[in-house]
Amino acid sequence: MANAMEIYQLLPKTNCKKCGKSSCMAFAAALLSREKNLDECTPMLEEKKYSENYTKLKGLVSPAEQASETGMIVHEDRCIGCGNCVVACPVNVAEDPKGAGSGNAPTNERVILKVEDGIVRLSNVEDCRRFGENKRLCSGCIVTCPTKAIEFV
Amino acid sequence: MERKYHVCTGCALLCDDIELREVENKTIIDSACRKGAAWIKNCQHPLECTVDAKDTTTQDAIEKAAEILKNAKNPLIFGMGNSSLTAQEKAIELAKKTNACIDDTSSFCQGPFVEAILNDKIKSCTLDEVRDKADVIVYWGCDPSNSHPRHLSKYSYFPRGKMRQRGWEEDRTAIAIDVRKSDTAIICEDDFHQIPPKADAEFAHALTDALSGKVPKVTFGMKPKEILELANVLKKAEFGVIFAGLGLVYSIPDISPMEKLLEVLNKKTDFHLMPMVGQYNMRGFNHTLFDQTGYINRVSFEGDDIGHGPQYSVVEVLKGEKVDAALIIGSDPLSSLPGSIAANLKEIPTIVIDPCKTFTSQTANVTLPAAVTGVECKGEAIRMDGVKVTLKQMRKSDKMTDADIVEKIMEAI
Ligand code: SF4
Ligand code: SF4
Ligand code: SF4
Ligand code: SF4
Repeated sequence: MANAMEIYQLLPKTNCKKCGKSSCMAFAAALLSREKNLDECTPMLEEKKYSENYTKLKGLVSPAEQASETGMIVHEDRCIGCGNCVVACPVNVAEDPKGAGSGNAPTNERVILKVEDGIVRLSNVEDCRRFGENKRLCSGCIVTCPTKAIEFV
Repeated sequence: MERKYHVCTGCALLCDDIELREVENKTIIDSACRKGAAWIKNCQHPLECTVDAKDTTTQDAIEKAAEILKNAKNPLIFGMGNSSLTAQEKAIELAKKTNACIDDTSSFCQGPFVEAILNDKIKSCTLDEVRDKADVIVYWGCDPSNSHPRHLSKYSYFPRGKMRQRGWEEDRTAIAIDVRKSDTAIICEDDFHQIPPKADAEFAHALTDALSGKVPKVTFGMKPKEILELANVLKKAEFGVIFAGLGLVYSIPDISPMEKLLEVLNKKTDFHLMPMVGQYNMRGFNHTLFDQTGYINRVSFEGDDIGHGPQYSVVEVLKGEKVDAALIIGSDPLSSLPGSIAANLKEIPTIVIDPCKTFTSQTANVTLPAAVTGVECKGEAIRMDGVKVTLKQMRKSDKMTDADIVEKIMEAI
């Protein structure tokens, strides 16, 4: 994922405020936190001279747009379905101590991470510790992944 | 709701918690790793029933196979790591009947460790004990993250177990010893100890010294302090286990350095070793042959006599051109053996029984497609830790089991 500066460099830098932000830099930051999406910068969409930068930006920010509400991205091509994240996730452990928390198949639907057809799948993302009002920094699923298939943006 | 679990035969971990779901006429496989899911979905190139590369009926192929084995003076029967226990028993019976040499991949991989365990020379344990009790886990010359993807999550490091309730961060230490920083080593972080190729024996000696109160020395520049600290962690284990991989087996001339290390460790604590068996039932073959002959591999039958020794290994009999026909079951020696040795296999009549096309099947005189045990038929197998597991059938198939094929060949002889 790009940083705010890289994104800013590709924006029109006119600070026209059409996106609802006070400046292009503020819009760049909003893109990163997924508060805004790229198409809200209407000049980029409409004016031809920006079209090349628009394509570049689309490539930069699209991984973030695909992320779940927690900002979690699973690189499916990298995931080997080892289940390390499934057993390490504290929410999985709390919700299903005998199943997912003990390294076995999940035994209920309240888990966040599970492996389907050999690849990790997300559900109940609103229960992820990184989500919501009382969000906490949790990296259970990141540090245990041997292939770095899970990323937060 | 009662859940119905299947067993994955994708590797010798034999994960027993696989669920199948039908969604819009598609079967979703739950909880198997990517390798296992691919295995269950079956091979890309299924083997066809052929004689001399021409399609034929099963009956015809079985008769031809019987003829080859009957005409051979010294056939070789090889493989069986991906066969059910019943098929393995039948293959041994066939070997007796045809005065064959019988061997499996263990003769050039994990055989020495399995043999030492069956002869009570090395202390081993089960995977369930590892999950419930192990606090110090050593991955030596192996990378289960790739070879047995669910090893760490289901048994060895991450799960909560009876005596390890606080989880991996607090309750367990995972250590990797390897020549390169593997995916598993990355997970072990600071507990990764890199050694040069072929230095495993030297390193095992150094650890043994450190545990015996001597100053450990190695020639490859690892500081004594690092070795002493590692020895200290091992010594303090309540229940320790070394998972021995091919990297370790290939680099030591014999397993005595590991036997010694375990001996000193067991004077101070409770330490075990488990070989990282690859094919789902390689250990099953070793156990079955051991029960019948006292040997785990490299056996030659001649009448009532049983010969055993390195001269009967697949490598030696092919190298010395001592066999005049080969029956290969669920194995691909052309891709796993050194080229010059494998080339000799092409010179003799060969029969392949396998679910999928392999390099070996491409040059075989007879090919017989078999069902995948645990997927297309049921059976039994021995997990990498020696525990017997019942395998269910996952889906219907009209393919014959490898056990039935061997039985039919025997009848035809
Ligand atoms: S609409 Fe585009 S150009 Fe205008 S301020 Fe927002 S980001 Fe900048
Ligand atoms: S961040 Fe923590 S709570 Fe969220 S999915 Fe990952 S391990 Fe689970
Ligand atoms: S830990 Fe990584 S590779 Fe393993 S299942 Fe989770 S995302 Fe996939
Ligand atoms: S680890 Fe082995 S047995 Fe378990 S699901 Fe993966 S391939 Fe199958």
